[in-house]
Amino acid sequence: MRDAIAPDLVQVDGLKMYFPVYSGVLRRHSGDIKAVDDVSFTIRAGETLGLVGESGCGKSTLGRAMLRLYDPTAGRVVIDGEDIARLSPEALRKKRPTMQMVFQDPQASLNPRMSLSSIIGEPLVEHTVLTTAQRQDRIYELMDQVGLNRRFANRFPHEFSGGQRQRIGIARALALNPKFIVCDEPIAALDVSIQAQVVNLLEDLQDKLGLTYLFISHDLSMVRHIADRVAVMYLGRIVELSPRDDLYARPLHPYAEALLSAVNEPNPERARTRSRILLKGDLPSPANPPKGCNFCTRCPKVFDRCLTEKPALVQVEPGRKVACHLFQTLKPTAGSTGGFHTQDDFQQGVTL
Amino acid sequence: MADEAAPVLDVRGLTTVFHTRQGEIHAVNAVSFALKRGEVLGVVGESGSGKSVTMMSLVGLLPTPPAEVRAGQVMLGTRDLLQMSAKDLSDVRGAKVGFVFQDPMTSLNPVFTVENQICEPLTRHMGLSKAEARARSIELLELVGIPDAAKRVKYYPHQFSGGMRQRVMIAIALACEPDLLIADEPTTALDVTIQAQILELMKYLQKKLGMAIIWITHDLGVIAGIADRVMVMYGGQVVEHAPVDQIFHNPQHPYTRALLRTIPTITGKREARLSVIEGQPPIMAQAPKACPFGARCVQHFARCDAENPQRRPLDSLPLGQGHDVACHWSAGVSDA
Repeated sequence: MRDAIAPDLVQVDGLKMYFPVYSGVLRRHSGDIKAVDDVSFTIRAGETLGLVGESGCGKSTLGRAMLRLYDPTAGRVVIDGEDIARLSPEALRKKRPTMQMVFQDPQASLNPRMSLSSIIGEPLVEHTVLTTAQRQDRIYELMDQVGLNRRFANRFPHEFSGGQRQRIGIARALALNPKFIVCDEPIAALDVSIQAQVVNLLEDLQDKLGLTYLFISHDLSMVRHIADRVAVMYLGRIVELSPRDDLYARPLHPYAEALLSAVNEPNPERARTRSRILLKGDLPSPANPPKGCNFCTRCPKVFDRCLTEKPALVQVEPGRKVACHLFQTLKPTAGSTGGFHTQDDFQQGVTL
Repeated sequence: MADEAAPVLDVRGLTTVFHTRQGEIHAVNAVSFALKRGEVLGVVGESGSGKSVTMMSLVGLLPTPPAEVRAGQVMLGTRDLLQMSAKDLSDVRGAKVGFVFQDPMTSLNPVFTVENQICEPLTRHMGLSKAEARARSIELLELVGIPDAAKRVKYYPHQFSGGMRQRVMIAIALACEPDLLIADEPTTALDVTIQAQILELMKYLQKKLGMAIIWITHDLGVIAGIADRVMVMYGGQVVEHAPVDQIFHNPQHPYTRALLRTIPTITGKREARLSVIEGQPPIMAQAPKACPFGARCVQHFARCDAENPQRRPLDSLPLGQGHDVACHWSAGVSDA
């Protein structure tokens, strides 16, 4: 129902986020934690891009670096026409209303000493010139939008349940009419019956307000529900970026395949009969990633080339990009995962 | 074990309350279940449904006060755990009943080596010498699939990753070959690929050692993969209990049905909209006089407010062995 070829709202190009490591008596710079390593993708207006991966793979860091909550090491993040990785502090502040974030832990991201109306109203005080009465109206309007009773306006976060607190966090994110919202594991801390309420709310708001989401989660079944396209991340790099239905029907990258096969389905017969791809070992340290493909230490399909050369994220089917040597028997195209691949993305829009 | 059919654990009418400044909280209300040797009982429920408190009440792990186990009987073999002295109970914990908790970082002691922590129950309960215990601890680490066990046994917990730490926890829990293993959300803190490793390990160990397992989780997907029988808890009581296939294919309680509908899957039809259970779970401030799920139930009718439904069997099997449900509405349906 969404416009098949909506323009790109968010373009991430070659984004790197390294955290320096200092060691020794002199605290010399001895290496980097490569939390996000050369990541490129685009998100169309009105689209939900799911970002999945295990803890420590850099998905939250990517979300934060995209909103410049961290200063990225390299790369461009173009949101609504402006490269926010380069903006001056003053220009960035003006840009903030377009892009907002919903955090994982509503307990930690809401100030316990502020009442609900001051939490939701704070962005309005900072960024708008509304009168007190206008601001109060806007707060009530936001509370209605996220399904919070207006009577709660003067209560404090501890008086609310987890699901309600997450609604407060969402109302605060919506206050300045953003275009783009990064949802960083917004449902991970909630009970199953409450998760569905929050996800439905996010979807309703998207339809009503035309929002664009980056939905970060480790819950693959919830991502299947909410996302239009899904990026799978492993150790700081995107290994597969595919439309939702294609990915879940036929994952291409061996890691995506293993990740999907590890999901526990609520179906006893399937649990007895299906074969799992059990990955050996744990995630390597991002401070010292493998020389070749980041996944080569655990990949069941590893071969010689994987050990020496990092695969680039390239288009292997219409709309599907994979970073794996198995799919790059043809001549390698772009040298890095760089480039906007705008043409690819349009093609994919058509195939949807 | 003379009688294979005799239950390892038989719990009847367990009731636990917490005394708080705001009054009593009835966390567990008349919970009954039994477990045979080699069986895996899955316990499902949301946070606050009383599933962890039930299991901690069994073996006296709750601080009293504020907790008080008010009624019930917990037969482990032929002995009632609730009647035991604190000293006898601490002999049971670790020796007869093993535990695996959710977060392996907080349940392992960071200042002792893993060897030290595995040896502790071995010398304490099994009467092994230090040298014997050391040798056994290496065997146990090998059993739970930790490579290079002889070297790693000298490591401290922080030197292991999350999945490896959980394996160490399992090794400690299994050290004295317990009859019963209580696993409280053992895979919740782990990533999916690591979760899959631990689940496969537990299935293998359960087959090999034949202990009974109580597996507490809120993840129905995990339950589908590991449990033989499932107990669904809500508001401190058991609302439905059935063999695993029955729970997933023929759920009777409106809460079980709603819960199964709210979770999206990665196969099968993708729903345009998730179905939700409106409202919030209850806080059990008094002994329940009405159905705890009443306020959120789509089948709610007058009788639900007047009377807390009792568990009743849906088949000819006795309570706790076949399929039973605590619901006025389901009871009415099965009568018709």
